[in-house]
Amino acid sequence: MFTGKNNVADASQVKLVVTAKTKAADGVVALTLDHPEGRRLPDWTPGSHIDIVLPSGINRQYSLCGDRWDAHSYRIAVLHEAQGRGGSAYIHEQLTEGTTVALGGPRNNFPLAPSEKYLFIAGGIGITPMLPMIQQADLLGAEWKLLYLGRSRNTMAFLDELAAYGDRVVVMAKDESGPCRLQELIGDPQADTKVYVCGPQRLLTAVERHCADWPVGLLRVEHFAAKAHGAPARATAFEVELARAGLSVTVRPDQSILDAVQNAGVSVLTSCREGTCGTCEVTVLDGDPDHRDSILGDADRAAGHCMFPCVSRSCSDRLVLDL
Amino acid sequence: MTAPLSTIDAPLSDADPFSYDILEDPLPFQAELRAAGPVVYLRKYDVYAMGRYDEVHAALTDWQTFQSAAGVGLSNFRYEKPWRPPSLLLEADPPHHDAPRAVLTKILGPREIRGLADAWAADAEELVEDLLAKGTEFDAVTDLAAAFPLRVFPDAVGIPKDGREHLLPYGDHVFNAFGPPNELVAKGAPRVAELSASIATKCARDVLTPDGFGAQIWAAADRGDITEAQAPLIIRSLLTAGVDTTVNGLAAVLYAFATNPDQWARLREDPALSRTAFDEAVRFESPVQTFFRTTARDIEIGGTVIPEGRKILMFLGSANRDPRRWENPDAFDLSRDPSGHVGFGFGIHQCVGQHVARLEAATILNALSKRIASIEISGPTRRHHNNTLRAWESLPVRVKLG
Repeated sequence: MFTGKNNVADASQVKLVVTAKTKAADGVVALTLDHPEGRRLPDWTPGSHIDIVLPSGINRQYSLCGDRWDAHSYRIAVLHEAQGRGGSAYIHEQLTEGTTVALGGPRNNFPLAPSEKYLFIAGGIGITPMLPMIQQADLLGAEWKLLYLGRSRNTMAFLDELAAYGDRVVVMAKDESGPCRLQELIGDPQADTKVYVCGPQRLLTAVERHCADWPVGLLRVEHFAAKAHGAPARATAFEVELARAGLSVTVRPDQSILDAVQNAGVSVLTSCREGTCGTCEVTVLDGDPDHRDSILGDADRAAGHCMFPCVSRSCSDRLVLDL
Repeated sequence: MTAPLSTIDAPLSDADPFSYDILEDPLPFQAELRAAGPVVYLRKYDVYAMGRYDEVHAALTDWQTFQSAAGVGLSNFRYEKPWRPPSLLLEADPPHHDAPRAVLTKILGPREIRGLADAWAADAEELVEDLLAKGTEFDAVTDLAAAFPLRVFPDAVGIPKDGREHLLPYGDHVFNAFGPPNELVAKGAPRVAELSASIATKCARDVLTPDGFGAQIWAAADRGDITEAQAPLIIRSLLTAGVDTTVNGLAAVLYAFATNPDQWARLREDPALSRTAFDEAVRFESPVQTFFRTTARDIEIGGTVIPEGRKILMFLGSANRDPRRWENPDAFDLSRDPSGHVGFGFGIHQCVGQHVARLEAATILNALSKRIASIEISGPTRRHHNNTLRAWESLPVRVKLG
């Protein structure tokens, strides 16, 4: 549909509605997420993940595994992690269709770089970023192979979708073929082949050890589950002090910092309003920002010296900005 | 290819947006275009056109429906051979667009370019001092708007000194070539081979300084984030899209201030307005006036069905003056929030160098506002005609120091 309206979702306000929750494998559910008013969602590229803030306030990251040509839906898949911190348990046991969650990102720390050939290696739920990647590799006309490792087929999501790719997808279930011989499967570095890996930490560690001496850029790994995320995004209001204007404004949970600042009469130049263009960057003088943009890398996020107030919020009660 | 008129249900227009009169002053035509409807059919070129903000903004955003890979000019690459290897950024769609865009977004990001600010501020102050030492009357185009980007940008990319005089004519021709093959294109044609060859030599790894944007693009190729074959074309994009556009953006803001002295006074009171001032000038003047897209499917807009594979001309300049979106759109007003203007485009193709342009503009405006109390037009102004750019040939000004 093309309404001719300025109908891109504004990420600072974006709540997504769970429009479908389906079983993708034993212990894995797939969620379809749409804008409540059916607007376009922010663009993304294969390898991207989004932050989901659950109604409980828990913030979790999941790779997007849908079709980017569908601008109106995101798809994620969630493994029930028995030892997890409660996010996946909530999604599996309590989250229902119709529930609203808040969105951060998308961000991409795992982009698909050009290559003549690709070897994709997915372990378990690590299949999620690989789905858009193989679609993209196909569109680019690259030669590719996917090794999909798992405990047993009934725990491995999306086997039905992958069947369409024929023998380019090699499914290796441990209960059928025993432990895989990763070193043999990966082999030696080839200048024309990039290797993408996503999965449990022990898989990543094994691959990284095998490829330790490889030329830079050939091995690309998504450190996905292992990364500890900071404090959860707060669901309560916070104060933003505007140092140059000598003002303090309260940012309600339902508004962006940008809106609150602009309501106070302080001008901030913006453009995309979805945390992708970087126009509204502001220097953080004090406080702990909750970065929800698609721009900053991990180091910059940790440093906390700047932020994008169109989408990013605060972990601390108070932020001081150079405005 | 031409559709029988009976099948076209959009309002028809016989205007030629690339004619002398409309290039000289596009505003009356743009008002007619917006009034005629959300989509208008331009008979002369057998293309559709959009002039209202909502539709232009939505089309820029919807890359799935409005493709760039068939060219963003009148020429449809599905049927016609491009006159040069297509841009990996401007004339590409996902997925091919992704990797070059990601690399350039990072290199030209606001934090990455912050390191240039001090040196550029010193350059700007020197340029202004030298200019004012010669007198208080000068040409705001040649002496400032062109002089400053040519002074700082080629160094930032890291290209050799030789042949920099080819940058502006090459860019001028590229932006003409997005339009129809009219006399503006013919005028540039004799030098195309020479200029293209000169620009190509500047993209090679071994001629670039080790610390500039160019070297960073080659470093991305070394990491495998882009291919070695892509690197020189991405540098070509910087050299093509990074000079004429900023020159005309700066000329736009200088002209706007020269004709709105009260706004200059406001900037002097609050120099932090320099960023807003530049974006307001980009909205007001829209240095890049138009780009084409090609429909990826049949699409209905405001009751008109545009068939798949057709060219659509989007009038960014008209969208930026649409009274449906902007209050008092014909005023250059620093109290306005120009956020959301489409002068840099929008969506995945939005100007990747916009932060560089803003830094250049803020830097030169800061240097000027420190020394100059007022600025006024002192002689006949002259437009430079280009099929895509709204440009100035000459803006004689007189300034008062203070």
